[in-house]
Amino acid sequence: MAARKATRKSNVSKEELLGYYREMLLIRRFEEKAGQLYGMGLIGGFCHLYIGQEAVVVGLEACAEEGDKRITTYRDHGHMLASGMDPNGVMAELTGREGGYSKGKGGSMHMFSKEAHFYGGHGIVGANVPLGAGLAFADKYLGNDRVTFTYFGDGAANQGQVYETYNMAELWNLPVVFVIENNQYAMGTSIKRSTKSPSLWERGAAYGIEGMEVDGMDVLAVKAAGQKAVEHCRAGKGPFILEVMTYRYRGHSMSDPAKYRTRDEVQKMREERDAIEQVRARLIEMDDKIEDELKAIDKDIKAIVNASADYSKESPEPALAELYTDIYVEASA
Amino acid sequence: MATEILMPALSPTMEEGTLAKWLVKEGDTVSSGDIIAEIETDKATMEFEAVDEGVVGRILVAEGTEGVKVNTPIAVIGEEGEDMSLAAAEEQPASVAVPAALEGFEGKVAAAPAPGPAIAEPDRSPDYPEGTEMVSTTVREALRDAMAEEMRADETVFVMGEEVAEYQGAYKVTQGLLDEFGARRVVDTPITEHGFAGIGVGASWGGLKPIVEFMTFNFAMQAIDHLINSAAKTLYMSGGQMGSPIVFRGPNGAAARVAAQHSQDYAAWYSSVPGLKVVQPYSAADAKGLLKTAIRDPNPVVFLENEIMYGRSFDVPKLDDFTIPFGKARIWREGSDVTILSWGIGMNYALEASDELAKEGISAEVIDLRTLRPLDMATVIESVKKTNRCVTVEEGWPVASMSDHIGAEIMREAFDYLDAPVLACTGKDVPMPYAANLEKLALTSTKEVMDAVKAVTYRA
Repeated sequence: MAARKATRKSNVSKEELLGYYREMLLIRRFEEKAGQLYGMGLIGGFCHLYIGQEAVVVGLEACAEEGDKRITTYRDHGHMLASGMDPNGVMAELTGREGGYSKGKGGSMHMFSKEAHFYGGHGIVGANVPLGAGLAFADKYLGNDRVTFTYFGDGAANQGQVYETYNMAELWNLPVVFVIENNQYAMGTSIKRSTKSPSLWERGAAYGIEGMEVDGMDVLAVKAAGQKAVEHCRAGKGPFILEVMTYRYRGHSMSDPAKYRTRDEVQKMREERDAIEQVRARLIEMDDKIEDELKAIDKDIKAIVNASADYSKESPEPALAELYTDIYVEASA
Repeated sequence: MATEILMPALSPTMEEGTLAKWLVKEGDTVSSGDIIAEIETDKATMEFEAVDEGVVGRILVAEGTEGVKVNTPIAVIGEEGEDMSLAAAEEQPASVAVPAALEGFEGKVAAAPAPGPAIAEPDRSPDYPEGTEMVSTTVREALRDAMAEEMRADETVFVMGEEVAEYQGAYKVTQGLLDEFGARRVVDTPITEHGFAGIGVGASWGGLKPIVEFMTFNFAMQAIDHLINSAAKTLYMSGGQMGSPIVFRGPNGAAARVAAQHSQDYAAWYSSVPGLKVVQPYSAADAKGLLKTAIRDPNPVVFLENEIMYGRSFDVPKLDDFTIPFGKARIWREGSDVTILSWGIGMNYALEASDELAKEGISAEVIDLRTLRPLDMATVIESVKKTNRCVTVEEGWPVASMSDHIGAEIMREAFDYLDAPVLACTGKDVPMPYAANLEKLALTSTKEVMDAVKAVTYRA
C-alpha cells in the first residue's frame, strides 16, 4: 500500500516518530474522553470527533513555523491540541466552563487562541475558507513571511465561496495552504453521491492553483506533502491545495447512527490503515525494545487526558454576568 | 480499577433509551473503540463503543430493557482478575457523577444581570468648536476624504471592493484613492461578495483594518453570513480574544427606478444584530466624522450610505481630525409640539415637513439619530418628554422596522409623557416597483410625515 511504501522510503528518526505517536495519541485519547463526557451529559449540543484523522493535522503541524496560522471547521479539537493549545482549556470549553478557551461561550465548534495562532473553530460549512485566505492576505500585506493552513472537508469543497476564494487567493498570490480533509463522508453523504469530480484538489487547476493528493493515514506522507506546500507558499508562489485522504471512525457528530456505511468498512480502515498503529509498528520495527517507552507515553497521555477531564468538571460554569460581556471591544480612543 | 459504564446520552435531547442488544458478554476483553452495545434512542439505533480497555466484569442491565435513564450504570469494566462486584465499582465511581454545578441550573438564568435600559443624560456637546471654518462638500467627497485621512494616518487601513480602484468607484466614492495609495491598499475584487467579505473579515483578524465596499448593500445579501456569523459573533464566541475591526460600507436603500432587487433598506436587519455597530448618516459632515470613527472602531461597523445623497452638498468643518462619536444624535431643529425622528435619507422628509409645519404654526423638533446601534435613546426620551408626541421616518419596510423598535422603547421609557401614540412613516409593505408613480408611492413622503404630525397633535 502507498502508505507503507512512503514510510519505508523516508529517513525518519525514532525521536521524530515518537513525537508524532505522542501527538496523535493525545488527540485520540482526548476525543475518546470527550465522547465519554458527552455520553455522561457533561458536553452538550454538537460534538464532532476527530478520531481516525489524527495524522492529517499532526503531519501538517510538523511543517509549521512560529507565527504560521491555522483555521478550521467545527471538527476542530485535534487542530487545537496539535497547535499547542492546552487540553484543559479545550476540554473545559467542551463542558461549557469558565476555564474554557472561550470562557464557556463558544463550545466545541468555537474556540480561538491568539497565542497558538489558532483562528477557530467555525460552524458554517465553507465559511472558514475565505477567512483563512483573509489571514493570509493580512500576512502578505504586512510583509510577514507566514503561511495560513486553512482546513476544510470534502463536504465544504462543494460550497461556492471556496471557489470564490481560490480565484482571489491565486489572483493575489496569497500564502495559504488549502487542506481538504477528505474523510469521504459529508455528514452522511458519501463523496460518490455528492460529486462526479474524480478528485477535489484538481478543481484548483481551473484557477491556476497547484495541488496534490496525499495519503492522510500516513503521517510522514502528510508531512512531506505539507513541506512541499509550505515551501511553495513561502517562495511567494501563492496558494497550494492538499487533498488529504483520510477517514473518520466515529459518526459525523455524536448523534449519528451511521447507517450510511457498513461496520466492516470502518473496521477494515481501523485494522489496516490506522495512522497511530502504522507509526507504532514502524517504531517496533526500528527498535524491538521500544515497548516500554511506548507504554510510558500511553500512560502519560492518559494522565494528561484524565487531568483535562477533571479540570473540565471542576472548573465552574461562567458567572451569569458573562452573558453580557465580550459583545463589543471598548474603543480605546 | 473497576469502572462503571453508564447509559450514554447519544443526542443533545436524549433522556432515556432502550438497551437493544449487548455485543459483548461478561468475561470478554474489550479495547477502546470496540462496539459493545446497541442503544435505541428516540431517533435511531446507535452503536455504543468502549472508551477504555479491560474485561467486561458485570452486565447490569439486560438487553431489551426499555426506558433506561441516561447515566444509569449498565456494566462494570475492569482489569483481568479484578473484583468487579457492583460494590467494588461503586467505591470508584470514576468521574461518573454530574457535578452539582449543573443541577438546578435552570431557573438561575432568570437572575442573570440583564443590563437595564441605560438611559443616561444626553450628550449635547457641539460636534465642532464654534467659529470653525466650514467648507461646502458633497457627501461623496466627505466619505472619500474620511477614508483618505484614515489611510494616511494608519498603514493597516485599506479599501477593497468591486471597482474601487481603477474605475474610481462605481459611484466615485473612492475617486483618487488608487492614485494616492496604490494597488496594495486600494484593491479591486472580482464580483464575489461572499468571498471577499470573508477575506476582509479574515484580514481584520490578521492585523488589518479593512474597509469593504459593497457596490450596494443589496449585493451584501450574498455575503451576509460573514457580516453576522464571522464578524459580529466572533468576539463573543472567542471569550473576548478576537475582535473584527472592519467597516462594511456602500449605498443602501432605494435609489431611483432600479426596482425591487436593488432598492432594499437594511437598517433594521443589521441593527438587530448584537456585535455589529450600524451607522446611517445624512449630512456630509456626519458622513465624514462618522466614517472616520467607524474605521477606528475595534468592532465591525455597517455603514449605510445612499446613492441619492452622494451628490448633495453640506457644510463640513475644516479641521485636521474631525470625528463624531457613535450613539450621539443631532438635533437639527428645536421645537415644542412634536418630535420627528429620522436618520439617513429619511431626514429629507423630516426637515421638509418641519419647514412646512412651521408655516402652519406647528413647532417640530427634528432629531437625526445618525447611528442606529448604538442608539441615542437619551436624546430621544428627553425630547419626547418635552414635546409629548413623536413621529418616526424611514424608507425601510414597516414590519419589524427600526420605527417599531424605537416606538417600543419610547413607550417603555416615556409612556406617561405621551399624549398620542408614536406614529411611523415608513416604506410600504411591498417589493419596490419600477414604475415611477408606484415607486413614489412605495416610499414615504413629506406629506405623510406632515399628516402623521397633524394626527398626533390632533390638528388634522
